[in-house]
Amino acid sequence: MGGPEIERLIALLARLPGLGPRSARRAALKMLGEPHRHMLPLAAALTEAARAVRPCRRCCNLDSADPCTICADPARDQGLICVVESVADLWALERAAVHRGTYHVLGGVLSALGGVGPEDLSLPALQARIAEGGVQEVILALSATVDGASTAHYLADRLQGSGVALTRLAQGVPMGGALEVLDDGTLAAALRARRPA
Amino acid sequence: MEWQAPAIVLETRLYGEHDIIAAVFTEEHGLHRGLARGGAGRAGAALWQAGNLVTARWVGRLADQLGHLSAELVHPAAALVLEDALALAMLRALTATAAGALAERQAHARLFAPMLSFIAALTGEEESRPALLADYVRLEAALLGELGYGLALDACALTGARTGLAFVSPRSGRAVTADAAGQWAGRLLRLPGFLAGGNAMPGPADWRDGLALTGHFLARDAFGHHHRPLPAARIALFDRVAALAGDATQAPRPATEPSESP
Repeated sequence: MGGPEIERLIALLARLPGLGPRSARRAALKMLGEPHRHMLPLAAALTEAARAVRPCRRCCNLDSADPCTICADPARDQGLICVVESVADLWALERAAVHRGTYHVLGGVLSALGGVGPEDLSLPALQARIAEGGVQEVILALSATVDGASTAHYLADRLQGSGVALTRLAQGVPMGGALEVLDDGTLAAALRARRPA
Repeated sequence: MEWQAPAIVLETRLYGEHDIIAAVFTEEHGLHRGLARGGAGRAGAALWQAGNLVTARWVGRLADQLGHLSAELVHPAAALVLEDALALAMLRALTATAAGALAERQAHARLFAPMLSFIAALTGEEESRPALLADYVRLEAALLGELGYGLALDACALTGARTGLAFVSPRSGRAVTADAAGQWAGRLLRLPGFLAGGNAMPGPADWRDGLALTGHFLARDAFGHHHRPLPAARIALFDRVAALAGDATQAPRPATEPSESP
């Protein structure tokens, strides 16, 4: 179409989540149209990020600092750890700005089909953090799926007797959610978790 | 080609970013896989959870194609057991074992109704859920029977006696009385009373023995013949029940290799 360089660029872009061959071609064309404005800064940012960003050895978050900025923040409650499945979940909680403690990124959930076993999760690092002392509560903020709940039960079993309070996220009606459009599972969970008005 | 039927979601495998390949179990069509568009998306994820009861619709241009699956939720079984570790472990083990052991597109009508009843009971009263472990073991024994590896638990293989059955040969799958077992007792699988027709209320040790028994034959016959291990979810259920029985460290895990027996 336009030489092997362009084909390679499109092929690499098309591998990214959210992009298919068609959208990869559009992105490539946009960048090639103004390489100094789009392409070179992007290339520099990619190189810099690949060089600097690493998993935090404490919580497994991605950051250019180790420990990450969240772990190193003195304003954060170090006794409160929110366990999440992925960095994407951590970012979602940070966007909401509702959690003022620290995090621990598990790196997935137990999944027989996905080939994810306990040894693939960053559980030893979490246990080491708890063993250091000072942790009062661990919040299991995992997805409300069969795999997510199984992982939460597994973690609860493993952390039982560690002396920290274990809590889980509530399930129920989302903000702005009309009951008539909710799925049956969410409705059932909401009804079971009802509380005094 | 097209069909629509009540189905149990057995497993889902991510395909691309938003789609999944789902395996459902129906009475007439058996284990059936198909591509479910948007199955991993916001709307589809709650529907395509293992254990959910759905009305499934499969469409394919030719009968032997993968085809497309769509479904409507009938009973959100997965959502109803998420909070209960034991019930969730049973649901995961049942769906993973059935998905791994059953051949595709072969009807197992005699298995569908018991599975449906079991899942319905599992999502009922929380207090009665542990007692369902005996039903779970019976369901696995029925699964073995459906696959042609049925256990012979009604009479002693050596004496023909119908009472006092206490063990099962790990080779033949036939019951043996305690007297007939003699010095071989330590090398036989324990037969819990509820599988031998006993009326006594089973407890954690019986559930553990039952799971070890069916697990041995599932691992050797249903999965071993395909050179696959027991599903991790099934092993996790055994570990949980063994812990309930209070001897997690000593409990015999379902073996993947046949052991010596008389």
